Amino acid sequence: MSLENKNHQLLSKIATNDKHGENSPYFDGWKAYESNPFHPTKNPQGVIQMGLAENQLCFDLIEEWIRNNPKASICTPEGVNEFRNIANFQDYHGLPEFRNAVANFMSKVRGGRVRFDPDRIIMSGGATGANELIMFCLADPGDAFLVPSPYYPAFVRDLCWRTGVQLIPVQCHSSNNFKITREALEEAYMKAQEGNINVKGLIITNPSNPLGTTIEKETLKSIVSFINENNIHLVCDEIYSGTVFDTPKYVSVAEVIQEMEECKKDLIHIIYSLSKDMGLPGFRVGLVYSYNNEVVNCGRKMSSFGLVSSQTQHFLAAMLSDNKFVDKFLAESSRRLRERREFFTKGLEKVNITCLPSNAGLFFWMNLRSLLKEKTFEGEMKLWRLIINEVKLNVSPGSAFDCSEPGWYRVCFANMDHETVEIALMRIRAFVNGRDKGKNMEIKRWKSNLRLSFSSRRFDEKVMSPHMMSPHSPMPHSPLVRAT
Amino acid sequence: MKLLSTKATCNSHGQDSSYFLGWEEYEKNPYDVVQNPKGIIQMGLAENQLSFDLLESWLAKNPDVAGFKRDGKSIFRELALFQDYHGLPSFKKALVDFMAEIRGNKITFDPNHIVLTAGATSANETLMFCLAEQGEAFLLPTPYYPGFDRDLKWRTGVEIVPIQCTSSNNFQITESALQQAHEEAKKKNLRVKGVLVTNPSNPLGTTMSKSELNLLIDFIKDKDMHLISDEIYSGTVFTSPNFVSVMEILKERNDLKDFDANVSERVHIVYSLSKDLGLPGFRVGAIYSENDMVVAAATKMSSFGLVSSQTQYLLSAMLGDKKFTRNYISENQKRLKKRQRMLVLGLQKAGISCLKTNNAGLFCWVDMRNLLSSNTFEAEMELWKKILYNVKLNISPGASCHCTEPGWFRVCFANMSEDTLNLAMKRLKDFVANNNGEECSSNKRTRSTQASRSFSRKSLSNWVFRLSSRDRHEQEER
Repeated sequence: MSLENKNHQLLSKIATNDKHGENSPYFDGWKAYESNPFHPTKNPQGVIQMGLAENQLCFDLIEEWIRNNPKASICTPEGVNEFRNIANFQDYHGLPEFRNAVANFMSKVRGGRVRFDPDRIIMSGGATGANELIMFCLADPGDAFLVPSPYYPAFVRDLCWRTGVQLIPVQCHSSNNFKITREALEEAYMKAQEGNINVKGLIITNPSNPLGTTIEKETLKSIVSFINENNIHLVCDEIYSGTVFDTPKYVSVAEVIQEMEECKKDLIHIIYSLSKDMGLPGFRVGLVYSYNNEVVNCGRKMSSFGLVSSQTQHFLAAMLSDNKFVDKFLAESSRRLRERREFFTKGLEKVNITCLPSNAGLFFWMNLRSLLKEKTFEGEMKLWRLIINEVKLNVSPGSAFDCSEPGWYRVCFANMDHETVEIALMRIRAFVNGRDKGKNMEIKRWKSNLRLSFSSRRFDEKVMSPHMMSPHSPMPHSPLVRAT
Repeated sequence: MKLLSTKATCNSHGQDSSYFLGWEEYEKNPYDVVQNPKGIIQMGLAENQLSFDLLESWLAKNPDVAGFKRDGKSIFRELALFQDYHGLPSFKKALVDFMAEIRGNKITFDPNHIVLTAGATSANETLMFCLAEQGEAFLLPTPYYPGFDRDLKWRTGVEIVPIQCTSSNNFQITESALQQAHEEAKKKNLRVKGVLVTNPSNPLGTTMSKSELNLLIDFIKDKDMHLISDEIYSGTVFTSPNFVSVMEILKERNDLKDFDANVSERVHIVYSLSKDLGLPGFRVGAIYSENDMVVAAATKMSSFGLVSSQTQYLLSAMLGDKKFTRNYISENQKRLKKRQRMLVLGLQKAGISCLKTNNAGLFCWVDMRNLLSSNTFEAEMELWKKILYNVKLNISPGASCHCTEPGWFRVCFANMSEDTLNLAMKRLKDFVANNNGEECSSNKRTRSTQASRSFSRKSLSNWVFRLSSRDRHEQEER
């Protein structure tokens, strides 16, 4: 016991506080999935994982490319002549061909409407590393960043944990489809000023996680004006930019500032990653793209703490500079995402469940407000536990994203095959239809399920982590984890 | 309002030091046997380029790994999706086995106590975040790796207080030096959270003795602090005495019933494959600790710099091949030993000696005190510039490693071909032979002098001024 206390003093506050965000109450969903994971043949009654924003729809395209391009690997006979140069390459500028290829890819994602300068690309350990890095460059401990809600839960860890920066949510509402309004921004900013909080900038995610929507051009322009007038930074996390599958067409901040002469470019920074667009979270490819030369300079030195493996840089340099492949991939990926989303949301409409209209992302924002017994966050959590334990779907409750209104849930659709989607829909339909009859029976079952959930709770830190955050702790059923 | 953070606009990244400036000069005029035979030879980079052929031949014999396959089945998508911050279990197992092999299998490591990070750079920073608050300090023996100023201090706000070591006893750590450092920290009102040592040492290229290690453990035990042992060169020990890891000492003390549970919870190891395997590009670092809370916190922090799953997979296969690793370790050490002998003999011919206890690492700690015009750091800088611009060798001056005595330089030997090394030694020999005169006027028209002119004289002299005023400051404090 005393060793534990002593340990607490022996370690830093950062090491022993909760700001890594993993002790949230949401691990019930993860635990339910982990102890009973769905499998089409081995465990058809298991929990279906819909809380994981992964893109698993286009691996076949990448695998085909790998088979046809053995030179891209430094391990194949065709590519091994590059082995020693690549293995030795630790320059924090990154392989020039890698930066060129990524700049090219980012431009294609934006329909060729903008060009990116490869020399402004700073590597980082995934978008996770990139978000932390940009905070270290722009803000001191105690400074604040505005962030429109709902937002990705791990921002608390990525932006605040070791940096000492604080987040100030800017509440958005369903009444206007959670649009970020000038009024909301100004209100949040003023309030912070009055509280003597030093706001250094605004961070937006476009396309949005968890909403799956892209920001309209006019809104983006108004956001840029806002930060420009107040001389604060704008960090645009555009990691879902390649997942836009429908109109309105994607507009990146890079495009907007081309049209706004008066905008101080020194305030604009983009975060990017290949984890979502290409479905390669394991390869840890993140980057900061900044229009501010000082930030590029300083950020580049900081990137030493999370460079991209040169083996991975080399591989991706080849793949992303294959224009034919990239064009085909982006088009096909969009098509599959759109198809998947439509199938799902149409299925939900049949039982009168609506979702926020969305045109991007690997998830949709599902509206279950009519199903809440109480229109409160407690009501939202109760319904959520029901969905996990009875419907056996792990979806993510809106409160995890700091949503201002209860009743919204994020549902991921790109991390499973078509058959699993059909089963998920069947279960939802059965649940909704069953709810309309026999309410008493339901309450009894629900209570006993809650008890089950509490009794099986084990705080095993090595295994628990809300799956809404990346990187995260194991998927015990991955063959890579079981293998020794 | 200040636009950027304090960290972004200060100098704590440490890159204005000569260590890095020398690299910049090399980049402008790099030696190439065919294209630029008069260029600067890079001897300031501690890289191991001697054993790539062994890795390449292993790859040729293991095609499955190349194709993202295991037992013939494609595992590409599992790898692409694998972002578990606990790391690939097969890789961690292979890594700890490799670490044990390097230590003669005298100790074993538990894969559950290892945290994977993006290089040792990230491992060291992460440990600081876990063990110290902003404004607290760690004691480091001098001379030390220049990159520590960035890795340990920059974003963490942690301070470094030097443990002054001197050539009088081959720069070994003494009890009085430790106490003195601790006193100095106290005077500066800095709370010391631990000691960090590099073993084998960079830049000395020596292994720590058992008595030094016991001294350190006694010290941290007494003062209730941490000990971090950066053992990234552990596989490069090429001659006796054998490498003794701090973990071995702990085990010995445990066996002798001198066991203190608290102490083993405060000792942490940093490792990497950048030096032993010569794979700095792959960004493979690790923290090893028996302290569960440190492992838990560091694991979460590793989110900011995980090792690419593609790389973990390749290395799990490679390091899992025990026959290969055993052969690699011994062959690599043989080659390092041979290469070091070449450098030492070459220096001897030039009338220059090195630290005679050099038994590890990718470099020699070279004694050029007799070439200094005066026993000062200004003279060291003068000599360094001459060697960089006139002799065209980029070596690292002791001042950049915070050495207390002027005149020592770190010279790397494992990052070039034998021919290049011989050429470097020849240049040095010629320089020493001609060193009795001062400015060689005939050199004024060479590219090197032009290069040195265009390299802003102002910034060089500013930096020299900064350096010498800092030294003066330090001397006053002693």
